[in-house]
Amino acid sequence: MAVIAGRPTRGALLPPWFTAFTGTRGGALAIFVVRRILWMIPVVFFVIVITFALMHLAPGSPWDKNGGRQLSQTVVNNLNVKYGLDKPIYYQFGLYLWNVVHFDFGFSYQYEGKTVTTLIGEGWPYTATLGALAFLLIVPIGVALGVVAALRQNTKVDYATMGFATVAASFPNFVIGAMMVVVFSVLLYQWTGGQFYLPSSNFGLDDHLVLPVITLALLPIAYTARLTRASTLETLRQDFIRTAWAKGLPERLVVIKHILKNSLIPVVTTLGPTFAFLVTGSVIVETVFNIPGIGRAFVTSVESYDYPMILGTTVLFSVVIAIANLIVDIAYVFIDPRVRLM
Amino acid sequence: MALAQPVIDQPMEWEVAEKQVGLWSDAWQRFRRNRLALVGAVIVVFLVVVALAAPLLVQLGIIQPPNKQHVEFIESGIGQNGYLFGSDELGRDTLSRLMFGAQVSLSVGILVQLIILPIGLAIGLIAGYFGGRVDNMLMRFTDIWYAFPDLLFVLVVVSVFQQYTSGNVLFELLMIFGAIALVNWVNLARLVRGQVLSIKEKEFIEAARSSGTPPSKLILKHLLPNSLGPIIVTLTFGIPQAIFLEAVLSFIGVGIQPPQSTWGQMVNSGYENINANPSSVVFPALAIGFTLLAFSFIGDGLRDALDPRMRR
Repeated sequence: MAVIAGRPTRGALLPPWFTAFTGTRGGALAIFVVRRILWMIPVVFFVIVITFALMHLAPGSPWDKNGGRQLSQTVVNNLNVKYGLDKPIYYQFGLYLWNVVHFDFGFSYQYEGKTVTTLIGEGWPYTATLGALAFLLIVPIGVALGVVAALRQNTKVDYATMGFATVAASFPNFVIGAMMVVVFSVLLYQWTGGQFYLPSSNFGLDDHLVLPVITLALLPIAYTARLTRASTLETLRQDFIRTAWAKGLPERLVVIKHILKNSLIPVVTTLGPTFAFLVTGSVIVETVFNIPGIGRAFVTSVESYDYPMILGTTVLFSVVIAIANLIVDIAYVFIDPRVRLM
Repeated sequence: MALAQPVIDQPMEWEVAEKQVGLWSDAWQRFRRNRLALVGAVIVVFLVVVALAAPLLVQLGIIQPPNKQHVEFIESGIGQNGYLFGSDELGRDTLSRLMFGAQVSLSVGILVQLIILPIGLAIGLIAGYFGGRVDNMLMRFTDIWYAFPDLLFVLVVVSVFQQYTSGNVLFELLMIFGAIALVNWVNLARLVRGQVLSIKEKEFIEAARSSGTPPSKLILKHLLPNSLGPIIVTLTFGIPQAIFLEAVLSFIGVGIQPPQSTWGQMVNSGYENINANPSSVVFPALAIGFTLLAFSFIGDGLRDALDPRMRR
């Protein structure tokens, strides 16, 4: 190996105990995790900067009323002082950052006297229940569909499953939601004379959850099924599967012990994006089904230019997604020993 | 002793392939064999024709103007009162509004790609070609951008700039193009970079470089044409994504404002009277769904057709 003169080799300036530490897989893993956690800081910072800048690019002030009586200048000035809008922008930004670090997102403009944290706290149980239930459906159903399709490749079962997955992956979730309401709430009610239908208005945490959870879960299920099918087909071609068949293992054992274990590995990578999808999907699904969660609160705050609320929810969503991705990335390293650490 | 000489009394017959097949005609051959992709292409062509013909059909009096209200015929069901697809809460013809909505969806889908193309190409080519620090910087920037939940970002951008558009449909469209392009260029940039990185190591690039080809020519004449296939596929898959984002925006009520009809908006307004007349939800919802499906069929077909490694 040619050593270029004057250029120190990598790590030459580091103490020997450090290079000894990084040389092991455990050390490399620790550094990977730390780097990955530190990487979240610029990401979240950037999200705050962009959202903050956008909010301040908006014309007018939050006190403008569409029609109706405008507030007097004195009142506007007092409100600006109350919410800190009279300060220079860099000061406002610094203050906001400082508060965010302390989980304080300020007061909502839209609801008098309520903080953004309170509003998020009120919506949280709904969004979390919805997301958790959808998440519980996604992996088992998606994986089952994918494995079955792969084992019965190029049969009617395969075509039906993949046809379903393609349609579910192409239709946007508000379209699926609206169609399901038409079928299961409106038409089913008419056909059965009101005997049986799925509710879709006056949301509560009971059977009202059925339609929204299915709507939310359908697209990730489709993606998971496609990916599992692809990875299972890949696994099926491996030599150790042929060995497993050849030594006369029953199909159940081959599938569970050998195929499933290996074809599940790529599925883990989709869990990050799936989580992100559940978070942003909640925005749409909560609007469709009128669920009082964070997603709908975000939409109403966008409509009424409630800047602290928009900023707060965007930051919260981004952080949640970033953490989910972080966990998935780290979990992946543990699950798949072939992963190279950078 | 005389060696047996081969007698050449007739010209040698060379085995020549009947016809030389280039990359593009080859790709077209393969695309044509993909039935789903053809179905997708037919649907898209049909939509384009419908979108273009809509104003003409109104002129000829074949369909109703999209904003003409008939108070006496509100919420007509399918085929009632002469409305083939029913009418909405203001007695407007759903069919006509669907056709005009197609204009919005298609223009968003396709024109957004025209904005994404130069941005993604520039960033991807520069990052991939120059590598090192430039690459690192650009890719970290892309990573950060990627971390932003795109639907939220588009919503925020549109809600902010909405107030500048003052209800002008053209401005609203431009704003939506910009907002969607702003989140969607990342995929293309990453793809182009990856392509350039892998092609850069090939022998023909080394040959071109050693014969003194300047970087600009190397990029434009060698790297770009060789990564064209995946770029086209990515842009095709970007179309349904853009249409989807626009539909979500107008479903939520930001973006293109009434009276201009969009499919998302129609789903939303029909949804409020879903018990009275499901047809005003069903048709726009199906229109969105099948348009997205058609574009993703085309995307799949193009991917199989343009990727030589997938050759059967």
